[in-house]
Amino acid sequence: MQRIGVFVCWCGSNIAATVDVEAVSQALKDEPGVVFSTNYQYMCSQAGQDLIKQAVAEHGLTGIVICSCSPRMHETTFRRAAAAAGLNPYMVEIANIREQCSWVHKDIALGTQKAIVLGRAAVAKLHLNAPLTPGETPVTKRALVIGGGIAGIQTALDIADAGFKVDIVEKKPTIGGKMSQLDKTFPTLDCAACILTPKMVEAAQNENITIYSYSEVESVGGFVGNFDVTIRKKARYVNESICTGCGLCTEKCPVKNVPNEFNLGMDSRRAVYIPFAQAVPKVATIDPDYCNMLKNGKCGVCARVCTAGAIDYKQTDELIEQKYGAIVVATGYEPIKLDKFDEFAYNSSPDVITSLEFERLTNAAGPTSGKLLRPSDGKHPHRIVFVQCVGSRCAAAAGKGKEYCSKICCMYTAKQAMLVRDKYPDTEVYVFYIDVRTPGKNFDEFYRRAAEEYGVKYVKGMVGKISPQGEVLKVQASDLIAGRQLHIDADLVVLAAAIEPDRSARPLATMLTASMDTNDFFTEAHPKLRPVESPTAGVFLSGACQGPKDIPETVAQAGAAAAKVIGLLAKDKLTSNPCVASVDELMCNGCSSCERVCPYGAISYVNKEFRMPDRTVALRRVASVNPAVCQGCGACTVACMSGAMDLRGFEAKQIIAEVDAICK
Amino acid sequence: MQKITEDLARRRAAELMRAGEISCLLGWKKGEFDYDVEPTVFYTPEEVERELVCNVFSAANLSKYLISLTRKAEGRVGILLKPCDSFSFNQLLTEHRFDRERVYALGLPCEGTVDTFLLKERVGEGIYSIKIKDGALEVETLSGEVKEIPLSEVYAERCLVCKSRRPVAYDEMLGEVTPDADEDRFAQVEKLESMTAEERYAFWQGELSRCIRCNACRNVCPACSCERCVFDNPTSGVETKAPSEDSFEEKMFHIIRAFHVAGRCTDCGECSRVCPERIPLHLLNRKFIKDINSFYGDYTAGAEVGSRAPLVSYTKDDPEPGQGGQK
Amino acid sequence: MQMTDYKPKIVAFCCNWCSYAGADLAGNNRLSYPAEVKIIRVPCSCRVNPTFILRAFQRGADGVIICGCHPGDCHYTSGNYFARRRMALLFSMLDYLGIERERTRVEWVSAAEGAKFAATMNDFVSTVAALGENRRLEDLRCKK
Repeated sequence: MQRIGVFVCWCGSNIAATVDVEAVSQALKDEPGVVFSTNYQYMCSQAGQDLIKQAVAEHGLTGIVICSCSPRMHETTFRRAAAAAGLNPYMVEIANIREQCSWVHKDIALGTQKAIVLGRAAVAKLHLNAPLTPGETPVTKRALVIGGGIAGIQTALDIADAGFKVDIVEKKPTIGGKMSQLDKTFPTLDCAACILTPKMVEAAQNENITIYSYSEVESVGGFVGNFDVTIRKKARYVNESICTGCGLCTEKCPVKNVPNEFNLGMDSRRAVYIPFAQAVPKVATIDPDYCNMLKNGKCGVCARVCTAGAIDYKQTDELIEQKYGAIVVATGYEPIKLDKFDEFAYNSSPDVITSLEFERLTNAAGPTSGKLLRPSDGKHPHRIVFVQCVGSRCAAAAGKGKEYCSKICCMYTAKQAMLVRDKYPDTEVYVFYIDVRTPGKNFDEFYRRAAEEYGVKYVKGMVGKISPQGEVLKVQASDLIAGRQLHIDADLVVLAAAIEPDRSARPLATMLTASMDTNDFFTEAHPKLRPVESPTAGVFLSGACQGPKDIPETVAQAGAAAAKVIGLLAKDKLTSNPCVASVDELMCNGCSSCERVCPYGAISYVNKEFRMPDRTVALRRVASVNPAVCQGCGACTVACMSGAMDLRGFEAKQIIAEVDAICK
Repeated sequence: MQKITEDLARRRAAELMRAGEISCLLGWKKGEFDYDVEPTVFYTPEEVERELVCNVFSAANLSKYLISLTRKAEGRVGILLKPCDSFSFNQLLTEHRFDRERVYALGLPCEGTVDTFLLKERVGEGIYSIKIKDGALEVETLSGEVKEIPLSEVYAERCLVCKSRRPVAYDEMLGEVTPDADEDRFAQVEKLESMTAEERYAFWQGELSRCIRCNACRNVCPACSCERCVFDNPTSGVETKAPSEDSFEEKMFHIIRAFHVAGRCTDCGECSRVCPERIPLHLLNRKFIKDINSFYGDYTAGAEVGSRAPLVSYTKDDPEPGQGGQK
Repeated sequence: MQMTDYKPKIVAFCCNWCSYAGADLAGNNRLSYPAEVKIIRVPCSCRVNPTFILRAFQRGADGVIICGCHPGDCHYTSGNYFARRRMALLFSMLDYLGIERERTRVEWVSAAEGAKFAATMNDFVSTVAALGENRRLEDLRCKK
């Protein structure tokens, strides 16, 4: 039997004016287990807390009920006071008789009556409280960043800067991501390479950063502070530590017709290649799908010309096992496939290109060395049509495209259109749009410059059809403001294709037990208050894997994710909220219902031997809750049919005791 | 189920046992009376050949016994599954209650099972023996009279409205799949829904007041297969040591039980079949099934292994509570 | 049926992060609602087991209301979605058993909606009061 002390607070006159505090403390004195009951002017004051300490000592209290303001206000205060008095801090219950009683009920008789009932409910619950101790787990002081684009690089740099080890896993042969393919960046028009490549080099040279390029995450186990990750380092058939990146092999390789993915297939590379001049790590990679030596053992040119002796045709995938305290997802985006958009003739005409392809065409390191030439005949285009929202903001009923806004297209299109007009003033440029969205610092000014100073012709309306006819592209579109149909003979059409999460994101989310929305963007722990954390503890989100973002936003989020990681890694031990789910294994059916409703992946299953009632021993599948990961929502407790799952601090029998006390 | 099926089942099961493919067989055998066909475990091929009964009285759903039997038995366990039982079989697999590799399932075709209450009512006096003929039962009464009762008149309600006669799980099918029943499964639920709250209350008070808490419904239900039932567990908050007229457990047993099996109940109808007070317990379960179908889209528990039960799933635009399925 | 001095017993389950805070805000703003409403704090609406609601009705509650974060705003991301399904089915079942639908309610109240909390409670209490005392689940009994 508990020995309970009740402390009724006046809160000056806040409570005492509409609740007879003396009557409340008298009434609660008669409750079973209550050995001490008093009231005081300000329970949260030092004097009030001393009163608690004194009563605990004098009356040998095992738990206390405070009738006061909301627990959201002073629960922590009173738990500390209890701890100071030598009680377990979780042997405290609070009856909210201010916000939910004295302040809302004007009639003193009614208010007093209700305060007594609330006090009784708290006493009834406290009878069933058990002392709780927060769990502690150690933290591995190393972070993993998945994805080596600008988001991943920035996050890794910031974490490394704080003195922690961080590994970047990038599936491509080089880090740099989409940003390395861009020409200029809005709204300042700096060249992407000029601001990105120094960061790439910095990442490579930072002592705290290890880059695993041409690598992928194979499996993830463990939990916050203690993840066990296996990384597959794919065979590149070149010894990374010996290769000097001289590029001789890439010049001598006889296989010349491999589509160059860095230039989106608009030119070709060799079977052994370095994606681009500033690649990090700057080492060659042999493409096993094209290399004659790997395919049929006939060639070996690269090995012969390599003065460093770095070529290794026998190299195999390597599995690296590493422990991490935190994981940052920075898997980024890719433009959608345009197969379902036949009306824009993307697949039938080489002169209908995507915006990312346009970036390569205007980039000095691109297939045309930066000269804007039509892919079909290499001629300079004189009339260019940009089409916005290709696959963005589509109605769900359309059965193609995405319902969301891809966010970056309005601005990069303004940039591309402006640059064309700047470099080739003889070119006529049209932009067809639904809305022009420019919410960002200096964004709207930038767009207006494109339209007003550079004479880009913005037309509100959608392009209905594009038909290649001889050398021109017949563009049929509507001008919604003028209310007429337009027919334009264009030389080049640029489609602002919607962006979607990288395809590697979905299987990764499964490995991380991190949740995703219906579009496969990672879900944040709270859309407003915890935007860079995944609901899965220890997993953080950086960049476009969480939703479409431009570069400034990505970098800001990358820094925010890094700050969260640093905060986590700075701790030696993680203490966890003890009010978490716990399972009674004897009752557990192992049915997986709890696992299916857990938003945090805190529940796993183990096979254990149990003595059965008939004295046999049976191997049974039972749930196991990881208290470091559980956040204590209680979804599992209701999904559990057998009642094996309960929530500490909010146990079924405690809540039923409250119900009973209220309904008495 | 026809005589041919029974012969086939006996032969195949005995064969499997002799070949060492299965160590035992979950099946049915005759009890005290011809209509009293009860679940049993056969351990020898001779027993199977002599005693296995597969007919219109083999009504019991055997799937639930796999949980304990696969724990005890060596090797693989054989089981006979009627189509409706195969849904329970899958549901148990979804909930990881036994290992599929440890089971060899023989699928049986089914045209319905007999409601023995109905049969006894129809015969009107003690039954001495029953011969199963094509489409009818030849019943010899205690007074020596022989009555021919058409099967169509004594099929169980659950069989007349059977959700599907296409088995969803078996390793080997014995005989041909029979065509589905075409009666509306939810007609009775709809009838209750159309009453006033007062009338519904009166109906359920009348029905549930007859409960003697024998626990037969719970013990037979394949979804009620908890290691330890909440009603037997003092820490659950619903159990009462000495059930009294006033206790929570007494009053809420059937409602809590129905909620516990909601989204997992395959509507096999065993609860109502075994109820000695003939309380239409399946109408509670079917209400949940009907609501689930109309609120969240058609869902049949056990139709596929691994499907996500409606109560451990959600969509962002589910209907709000109290709006009768309106979004 | 309705007596002038009849006071219904109302149990309100409020999630800690939104609705309980919304109730606190109603208090801060001194927005009154009937004293018959007694709040039980739960971490999330998904912690509310149907058993708790049945228990309340059996112990003489006249109405039970569950308040949680708005769909999409759950502190635990998905808890209120599960609660919504559970309660939709439970309330429909209670109605089927003869417990009027008006005696049960789910309302989404955010931490900023003190006024909505008070208005909801005022409305719910008057709706339940108009139905009169709830004896139904107390009478649904087994054989004596």
